[in-house]
Amino acid sequence: MFEVFGVPSQALFGQLLLGLINGSFYALLSLGLAVIFGMLNIINFTHGAQYMMGAFAAFLLLRHTGIGYWPSLVIVPIVIGAVGAGIERVFLKRIQKLDHLYGLILTFGLALIIEGLFRNYYGSSGQPYGVPESLQGGRNLGFMFLPNYRAWVIAFSFLVCLATWYAIERTRLGSYLRAATENPALVRAFGINVPRMVTLTYGFGVGLAGLAGVMAAPIYNVSPQMGSDIIIVVFAVVVIGGMGSIMGAIVTGFTLGIVEGLTKVFFPEASNTVIFMIMIIVLLIRPAGLFGRMA
Amino acid sequence: MATLAAATPVRRETEWSVAVAGAALVILVIAAPFVLYPVFVMKALCFALFACAFNLLLGYVGLLSFGHALYFGWAGYLAAYSAKVWGLPPEFAVGFGTTAAAAAGLIAGVVAIRRQGIYFAMITLALAQMMYLVALRVPMTGGEDGIQAVPRGKLFGAFDLSNEMTMYAFVAAVVLAAFFLIYRIINSPFGEVLKAIRENEQRAVSLGYKTDDYKLVAFVLSATLAGLAGSLKALVFQLASLTDVHWTMSGEVVLMTLVGGLGTIFGPLVGAFLIDGMENYLSSFGQWVLVIQGAVFVICVLAFRRGIIGELAARLRVRL
Repeated sequence: MFEVFGVPSQALFGQLLLGLINGSFYALLSLGLAVIFGMLNIINFTHGAQYMMGAFAAFLLLRHTGIGYWPSLVIVPIVIGAVGAGIERVFLKRIQKLDHLYGLILTFGLALIIEGLFRNYYGSSGQPYGVPESLQGGRNLGFMFLPNYRAWVIAFSFLVCLATWYAIERTRLGSYLRAATENPALVRAFGINVPRMVTLTYGFGVGLAGLAGVMAAPIYNVSPQMGSDIIIVVFAVVVIGGMGSIMGAIVTGFTLGIVEGLTKVFFPEASNTVIFMIMIIVLLIRPAGLFGRMA
Repeated sequence: MATLAAATPVRRETEWSVAVAGAALVILVIAAPFVLYPVFVMKALCFALFACAFNLLLGYVGLLSFGHALYFGWAGYLAAYSAKVWGLPPEFAVGFGTTAAAAAGLIAGVVAIRRQGIYFAMITLALAQMMYLVALRVPMTGGEDGIQAVPRGKLFGAFDLSNEMTMYAFVAAVVLAAFFLIYRIINSPFGEVLKAIRENEQRAVSLGYKTDDYKLVAFVLSATLAGLAGSLKALVFQLASLTDVHWTMSGEVVLMTLVGGLGTIFGPLVGAFLIDGMENYLSSFGQWVLVIQGAVFVICVLAFRRGIIGELAARLRVRL
């Protein structure tokens, strides 16, 4: 045991780890928001509800069919992504040409419907979801105890973020995507099915939220309001990072998680408002966001 | 030159449709407490003022604030606190809550107006969430219990507001006056500039208007009036609670305005009464209220963007 600035190392690293975990979810969710925003010009307010649906899907699969964590990690994002693609086809497609604010209001309405339905059937209290057997326990690193599951969440979400960045910035499909973001009409003229790409992009972004939900299930309780709790913080993260760049969303997400963890150690009263305060400061100094450009 | 032109307003006749609807409104407000439960009407009037304040921003400047619960709820807290703990008479308690909302609106406005469109909505939402978390923590607000048993007191030392009808008269007079004020703002040269910003901000800039200043003033006005509504509501219910600062309240005011008709004069009022009535009626259905609210949002955006009054005005080809 040693101390850092008068704080026992155990507490410091414990909060740092918790911060990294939160940061993983901020990064995954803001990444999904950024991908969707780039293509559809919509801020997906339903993102939190879709994250919650991911957690619930994993929970329900385990309870009713006995399908465990690892298969869920693959099945749930696909299912939630497909539901998302359906939402895009049925609802979002119709408001493409309208002011962007309508997209925000529409997805807000959808989030209310989803959250309300889940609250109706499962109540407001949380449901526990166990850590998968293969990741139970942890290891002692000398200066702190590291639970295996948490290490896995951080590593895996980092990997998913990097893979997404690579797919969008470095592959052929990603270049179509970026081109369609810049000028959809022109890309269509080249014979690429842009509407289908829009649907798939939305489905992919939503799938990321579903994946984050599955990963969150063993850490937080699975509850209907888990989505609305986190989505507003993620909005602040997005404002801070700016939605211009994929890498920006990832870096900002992880960094802010760590900052939040550190605040919990040194100034606990401000721990849940610190991200909003950083948002205010960033807006005053650099209104476009750390990685963004002014529209 | 542009500011010169703005300084000499074009005198316009009040449109007859607005005058008729306004007269009908006054008659309804006077008659309502004899037909309906006065507390219900007062609550709806407070929400109506809240929605009109919100509409001033979204309907006439095109700024979607997703955090108006901040001004509504916190003004309620401060009015309730000053009336209960400091023993301020009601007119000062309401004045204090409203002034505080104006100050909060100024600070939030300066921050939020730095970004536009969707970002503006996200920033206002985040600021309101921050102040919700503050309300959850500071001892002043009473946490989950809120501030209860707030004394209504004597208005100007003469009118005892614990009498339901006196309270009603006070609320009705203030709301109608504020409503008239909003109408005047919308039809002033200042209001015309706001509409110009809504239609095409770049063009307004190129005409020499400092659009950020106009937006800030509109934001502060809207926050102030939302605070007035919140302060009144705290007195009516003798309670200030977390519900009024939560993001669901920010969503509700969007819903009221949307249902009634964005950018119409009477729309938010009608929307507030409808949504409020619906919630009263559905309160026994528990969480279904959330689902129904969400469904109304979706339907409004997909098929009914003009709202009730907007649709009516379009059918009758008048301004309402």
